[in-house]
Amino acid sequence: MTDGKVLVIPCSGIGKPFGTIGREATFTVVDELRPGKADTNCLSLLVMGDPDAKRQVQESRCVAVDGCPLECARKNIEIAGGRIDAHMRVMDLLRDNRGLKPRQVTFLDEDGEKLATILAEKIAAKVDELYTGEAR
Amino acid sequence: MNIKPKIGVVSCSGECCILGTLSRVATRFILEGVRADTVTLCLPLFLAGDSGEREFAQRFPTVSVDGCHKHCAKKAIVEYSGPTAASVDVEKLLMEWGEEPTGTRKTLSAKDVELAKRIAQEVAERVDEAREAQDG
Repeated sequence: MTDGKVLVIPCSGIGKPFGTIGREATFTVVDELRPGKADTNCLSLLVMGDPDAKRQVQESRCVAVDGCPLECARKNIEIAGGRIDAHMRVMDLLRDNRGLKPRQVTFLDEDGEKLATILAEKIAAKVDELYTGEAR
Repeated sequence: MNIKPKIGVVSCSGECCILGTLSRVATRFILEGVRADTVTLCLPLFLAGDSGEREFAQRFPTVSVDGCHKHCAKKAIVEYSGPTAASVDVEKLLMEWGEEPTGTRKTLSAKDVELAKRIAQEVAERVDEAREAQDG
C-alpha cells in the first residue's frame, strides 16, 4: 500500500502564512522534486481516524511538517500510531532566515515562496535519507 | 456595546487533491472579505489541540467546507463539538455546475481561482443563513 514511499504530512494551518508554506513545500516535494519517493495524505483523514490513512502512517517513514508550535502534524501522526522520522518546523526556518517575512496566507508572497522553496529542499534531502523502497 | 457573535468556517485540510485546495482558498476568501466577520479553525486542532476549538464550535455556529465526499471537516465538528449550522461539499457543487478544476493542488489556475470565488459565495450564503438563525 505504501510502496515504501516516505510520507510527508503538513499541518493544515489556515490562519497564518506558516501553514501555507509547509503545505506548498510538501506539494513541491511530492509532485515535483521526489515524486517516486515521497507521498502525502490528508491530515484531516488522520484526525478522523480513517483506517487506510492510519495504516499508511503506521507502515511509512513519516516526515511531519508543522507551521506553528502547536505541532498538529506531529501530534496527529503519533496519535494515529505512526512514528516521526523527521520533524520540519516552519518556525525554525524563520529563525534561520530572519530577513524573510511572509505575510500573505491564501497565495504566498515572494518571501513566503522563498521559504517554501528552502523548506522543500530540506524535506527532499530528508526524503533521500529515509527512502528505502520498502514499507517500514 | 453590541458584540456580534462569531460564525466559524472550517475547511478540510484536503492535501490529497485539488478539491482540498479549492476548499481552503474559498475559506480564505470568506475570511479576507466576502464575510470578514467570520473566523476559521484549523481542523487538526480538534484532535491535537486544547479544548478551545471544540468549545468554539460548541458555542458558535460553524459552516464546514469539504473538498470531497469524505466530509472530514463536517464529521470532525459533529464528532467533537456537535452539529454544524451548514455544510458545503465542493465536489458535489462542481458536479452540479459541470465544472472541473484545471490547475494542480499546489497552484490553482486562473479558472480555479474564479471557481474558488464562486464556492466562497455559496459558503457566504450558508454563513448568512446561520447568522439569521442565530439572530432569531
